[in-house]
Amino acid sequence: MENAVELRDIVKRFGSFTAVHRMSLDIEQGSFLTLLGPSGCGKTTTLRMIAGLIDTTEGDISIKGKRVNNLPIHKRNLGIVFQNYALFPHKTINENVAFGLKYRGVVGEEAERRVRDALELVQLPQMGDRYPRQLSGGQQQRIALARAIVIEPDVLLLDEPLSALDANLREDMRVELKRIQDKLGITTVFVTHDQGEALAMSDKIVVMRGGKIEQVGEPQAVYDAPESEFVAEFLGSTNILGGRVSGRQGEGVTVDATPFEGVEVPADRAGQTNGATDIKLLLRAEKLLVEPGGSADGGGIAAPAVVETVDYQGQSVRYFLRVGDRRLQAINMVNGKPFAEGETVTARFDPRHCSLLPAQPGEAQA
Amino acid sequence: MASIEQAERRAPWILLSPALTAVGLLLLVPLVFVLVYSFWLRSAVGGIDATFSFNNWAEVLGDRFYRDILLQTIKIALITTVVCALAGYPAAYFIARVKGVNRGFLLLLLMLPFWVSYIIRTMSWINILGVSGAVNSLLQAMGIVTDPIQMLYNETTVVLGLVHYLLPFMILNIYVSLDGIDTTLEDAAHSLGATRWQAFTEVTLPLSMPGLGAGALLCFVLGAGTYITPIILGGPRDAMFANLVFDAIITQLDWPLGAALSLALLVVLGTVVVVYNRFAGLGQLAKGLG
Repeated sequence: MENAVELRDIVKRFGSFTAVHRMSLDIEQGSFLTLLGPSGCGKTTTLRMIAGLIDTTEGDISIKGKRVNNLPIHKRNLGIVFQNYALFPHKTINENVAFGLKYRGVVGEEAERRVRDALELVQLPQMGDRYPRQLSGGQQQRIALARAIVIEPDVLLLDEPLSALDANLREDMRVELKRIQDKLGITTVFVTHDQGEALAMSDKIVVMRGGKIEQVGEPQAVYDAPESEFVAEFLGSTNILGGRVSGRQGEGVTVDATPFEGVEVPADRAGQTNGATDIKLLLRAEKLLVEPGGSADGGGIAAPAVVETVDYQGQSVRYFLRVGDRRLQAINMVNGKPFAEGETVTARFDPRHCSLLPAQPGEAQA
Repeated sequence: MASIEQAERRAPWILLSPALTAVGLLLLVPLVFVLVYSFWLRSAVGGIDATFSFNNWAEVLGDRFYRDILLQTIKIALITTVVCALAGYPAAYFIARVKGVNRGFLLLLLMLPFWVSYIIRTMSWINILGVSGAVNSLLQAMGIVTDPIQMLYNETTVVLGLVHYLLPFMILNIYVSLDGIDTTLEDAAHSLGATRWQAFTEVTLPLSMPGLGAGALLCFVLGAGTYITPIILGGPRDAMFANLVFDAIITQLDWPLGAALSLALLVVLGTVVVVYNRFAGLGQLAKGLG
């Protein structure tokens, strides 16, 4: 498939600080790509370089096959939605949305029609004559989106557009944004530090750390098969246990990782160990099931545990368990009454749900 | 015993009372005196003859001389304001875009002139532009002119002195306004296809109008009310309206006429302020001065 945006070895330095370090990335036409990472990972810097708001120190950026390094922002034909909306406070909603059309020579009835269509797309057709300050935060965000897409940009750039909204609104806007993106089929680059947004909306997630790409993949692949501890911990809650390979059966491996012994990890989950003996066992918190103490053998791997902390969240509950000398997290759906603090329980998981990484050199399990 | 609500209602007035007392005693009461004086007459020996009369007002409103000087004053104040706006806007824009410690330093530089007396600052132009001033000495030393050029004591030097005095007020007001504008607005305009200049004229300039307006009002009112600058840097024909007040009161000892003249100027400038407030509000002015 054709690439809408290509980054080739781009570097951004601010003085002696390197914000983005030799990053290369292809963004497919029509796809929704998310740059995900903690603050300071270089995701916003990358977006701003694509936008042309800042220069690249090294490397090339191409949009639709055309190198744009020296093309000023107003000639790049991009739609940008800023974190703080950046609506023009002295212009009405209609004037805000029509702003980009004016500079493309679209005026009169044609402009009116397209503004109307854009406002309908974001489901605010009645707001045209109001001023931004008369709208709620969520409505302003929709207008900012309408203003960015009405010019039919080659690429839509979203800089943490949902982070200023409160939680419920954010989830609604997430669905809304994805719906509009699907409908228009517009290539979208989305920057966020929120893993939930990234997983829910993206065709592809780029996890960034310290100015470098840590992992690229489809949401499910990144979530299920993290290629590093960082990715495992950043996306979701993960228990990471140091351990050793104690045996191999065909492609699968048997692992001892205190407090769990004889974990038989199937081949498709152990692929990344490449024959190493010192490994890390990654176990998602929601894959660790908490059952009543001494419950009958339900298969898989089990160990007795004590509930230390209960973090009740309504539909689900997060337990911090003490298993031997280890502290593990488990996120379970609530079925009846949650377990109480101090209660003795059984922690159980299916070996098919964990995955392995080779231990970093120098931190081998003694 | 008073209820809490009553106490709360009274609290603002109690807190305001020192300021209100000061304003009342130092501003309103003297103003009433001035008003009363303007309807009295100068006695033959230069004292005050407390007989009611419209003579002063008839002279101030009827004599073309006063009207011409008033128009001249307004013209000079307007030119000064425009020059301050044109020179001050780029400076304010630059300061507002500078980040960190440098901005504080630039703002300090802007305040620096206030540490030197306004009169001294105005007089300094004599050392620069005067017959034996820096510019003439330089031109003579370089052999460009043999006799010094008379550059001082005309309308241009009055405007120059006023710009020198008022520019910081203009810059501060515009700066405060620009500082409150989100810089991503310009980025947004730019991303939508506007050039940097178009983004500025479409977004930043209109949003900074309150600051520009407040700065202009201050420059105009302070400029139109000055009498020091024309005395020091103006020629005999460059008198401004406040000079007439000065002459009437100090030179001719005609306090009643001076009172009428100063009230006339107060009414004109007051009208400008009221009209400005009607369209823009005075709140912005407080921001610029803070």
